[in-house]
Amino acid sequence: MSIFKRVNKGMAEHTDSDIFNKETEGLSQSQIVLRRFIRHHGAMISVFVLLSIVIFVFSATGFDLLGIGINGWWKYNTLDIPSLGTKGCPAGLQGCPTLNLIPGKGFGLGDHPFGQDDLGRDYFALVMRGAQRSLLVMTVIGIVAGFIGTVIGSISGFYRGWIDAVLMRFNDFIITIPTIIIGSVIGFHFGNKGVIFLALFLGVFAWSGLARLVRGEFLTLREREFVDAARVAGASNRRIIFKHILTNAVGVIIVSVTLIMSGAILLESALSYLGFGVVPPDVSLGLLISQYQDSFTTRPWLFWYPGLFIVAISLCVNFIGDGLRDAFDPRQRRRISRKERSLGRNPQASKTQD
Amino acid sequence: MLAYIGRRIAVLLVILFGSSFLLYNLAAISGDPLEGLRGSTDPKAQAQIAALIRHLHLNVPPPARYFLWLKGILGAFTGHFTLGVTRDGNPVSSYLADAIPTTIRLITMATVIAIIMGIGFGIVSALRQYSRFDYAMTFVAFLMYSLPIFWVAVLLKEYMAINFNDFLVHGTISPLWIVISSLITGLFWAALISGDRRKVQIVFAVAVLANATVLTILSATKWFTHPGLGPIVMFILGIGLAYGITFISTGLGNRAALLSAQSMPIIALVLYYPVQYFFTKFPGALTILLMLAITIGIAVGVATYFAKIDRGPVIRTSVITSVLIGILFLIDKLMKTWVPYINTDAIHNRPIPTISQSNSLLPPGNFWFTFLDTVTHLVLPTIALTLISFAGYVRYSRGTLLEVLNQDYIRTARAKGLTERTVIMRHAFRNTLIPLTTIIVVDFAGIIGGAIITERVFGWQGMGTLFNNAIGSYDLNLLMGVFFVTSSLAVLANLLADLLYSALDPRIRVVGKK
Repeated sequence: MSIFKRVNKGMAEHTDSDIFNKETEGLSQSQIVLRRFIRHHGAMISVFVLLSIVIFVFSATGFDLLGIGINGWWKYNTLDIPSLGTKGCPAGLQGCPTLNLIPGKGFGLGDHPFGQDDLGRDYFALVMRGAQRSLLVMTVIGIVAGFIGTVIGSISGFYRGWIDAVLMRFNDFIITIPTIIIGSVIGFHFGNKGVIFLALFLGVFAWSGLARLVRGEFLTLREREFVDAARVAGASNRRIIFKHILTNAVGVIIVSVTLIMSGAILLESALSYLGFGVVPPDVSLGLLISQYQDSFTTRPWLFWYPGLFIVAISLCVNFIGDGLRDAFDPRQRRRISRKERSLGRNPQASKTQD
Repeated sequence: MLAYIGRRIAVLLVILFGSSFLLYNLAAISGDPLEGLRGSTDPKAQAQIAALIRHLHLNVPPPARYFLWLKGILGAFTGHFTLGVTRDGNPVSSYLADAIPTTIRLITMATVIAIIMGIGFGIVSALRQYSRFDYAMTFVAFLMYSLPIFWVAVLLKEYMAINFNDFLVHGTISPLWIVISSLITGLFWAALISGDRRKVQIVFAVAVLANATVLTILSATKWFTHPGLGPIVMFILGIGLAYGITFISTGLGNRAALLSAQSMPIIALVLYYPVQYFFTKFPGALTILLMLAITIGIAVGVATYFAKIDRGPVIRTSVITSVLIGILFLIDKLMKTWVPYINTDAIHNRPIPTISQSNSLLPPGNFWFTFLDTVTHLVLPTIALTLISFAGYVRYSRGTLLEVLNQDYIRTARAKGLTERTVIMRHAFRNTLIPLTTIIVVDFAGIIGGAIITERVFGWQGMGTLFNNAIGSYDLNLLMGVFFVTSSLAVLANLLADLLYSALDPRIRVVGKK
């Protein structure tokens, strides 16, 4: 059986690293990282898709955030209640989706691309609003958790000793409370104070994993020669932390924050689904699914669209995180194609090939 | 070491104290348990309010009331342990006692399947790094990672359960589906096998043909409506298992292991009818456990007979093979129960339920019916939970194995001229298991809290339901009861993970050397 058979032979490995070193010659760390990230097809596609989603959902129904806002290009908003249409519906059904992506007759968005709910509200507007909410929650949780986690992790990893002990016990303290439980309690009782408030509160409980990682990174980095060199040169603690260690730990932080964000979008939708997150009249993707799951057999579109948006956003964030991890990991070797390997012995040829 | 554990536990208790205090007060200040009654015009409402205030100590301010709750827990030392009473006056612990087994039943199977499949696929994915299989696996894992479980659950209910039940009415697969599933199977195996183009093509062709033949035969013989294995099929499957397990566990070169494992299906064939007799005559969980013990006993005995030296691997191979064959026996028995089961009035030929944890209309007293009923109710939640947690294990085991494969000792092992199987299974895989173990331990504790949504979607009455009810009705003691169980488990799991880590990996010391 060949399951265990090796794909790479020993010699090729050596050549690969030669090619690899040639490629990164004379480039700064951030250039190398950027190059590696751009090479990651999944991540690049995800960046593109995610940006498109963000622009699309925020421009469609418009938004109003702390006084800054725009009006959307879509004709309905979440409060409008147009009459139920029957266009494109089988007999006996109302409010079917009019979205038609097959070129030809009826191509285009139509009156209600995602259909209408039981009251007649335009489902496209509702889903756009819900997606805005999810993206907002995701970003806020990412920023709050990223900030707290980085600060606590850095301080505890850099100063060690009793500060470390206290902060890490505090970290354990946060870990003991399962996120969904604290989220439910917070969401149920404070959900009516608005989605930003909910996100801020959830972020306060989402940083523990990141803090551990950052602490670990600081513990190793502070023993490195360049930190000693900086210290001997008379650099202050502040300068060492910000200029020398944090810049080296930034990869870990970014990757971890993307993972927190992809978890956050699922957490928000799960809480809203349980009824402990965003509450009506506000809209969120999880809430939409929970409200309409029983109508699946008759009007499946009420169930499909919000779910697809959750999956799409979360999938993109996960892929971007994966791409970032690969890009920041110095040990990570990208795949070197057979063609490059055959050209690899002649660096000049490999360069012209690029 | 003991001092270390003691110190850790002391710190953990302080932490638990802090987090429970926080949660108690947070939950207490955020809602009024008497809200519903205050507005009521019912003349009895006043009396009810008074009663609630009395037995829930609502006249005591929350921070102080917390200590009343804590006193109940500390009562464990004096023999008066209590988690308080719920709103309706019943002790919280009695609710928990009902809910915990349900939740454990819900998550155990899914966790085990997710771990085994996740590690398996993760390892193959790592061994085939940057192959099409690896890319496909990465994509699938991320997709599953991004799925909201409640969404998957509804899809499973609508498509899997209902379509499967419809399918069972006639029980035949259309030729189109046979072709599609055969092609998918073929692609899967072809992606798994490395080698030159010719070899991949052969594997693909064999897999497609085998799958198509089996499905056609099964469909033509109405196997799906009248399932069963029978001694002959079980013997063939057993031989296959014996080869497979021996190959992975010790390598086919180990004659003793191969012979010993091969004996298992032969013994199974001989014992087939006696076992059926026992199953029918003495149905019960005890019989199954007893048979499991006997199975392992036989396996150890046979292995000791065949292996004169280096018995460990041989015993391991035989025991795994025999237990798997034992599971085949169980499946066979359940399949035989299938036809009478789905013909009962309670089931009415719709065997896969979309909701609830058991069928209350089922005639009581028949062990195999109840067993099968539990299994069918577990199908959908298990698939949903497996899909979600599978992804994490795939990614994690892939990453860890890749890391391990870069180590010097792997190079050394290869340089010694060990076979690639030995290098992977003995040197790389075992070291991969170290970090995986700790992840699994922590995950398992977390999953009990995480089953809240699954229980809600599938209508199970476990910890999640308790928790939902507690929040919805401001039942503080019930909420704290659920929290007490989940957070204690989380804390203990973390401690266990640290200890396991240091036990498995001698490089890590939890206690500083003097």
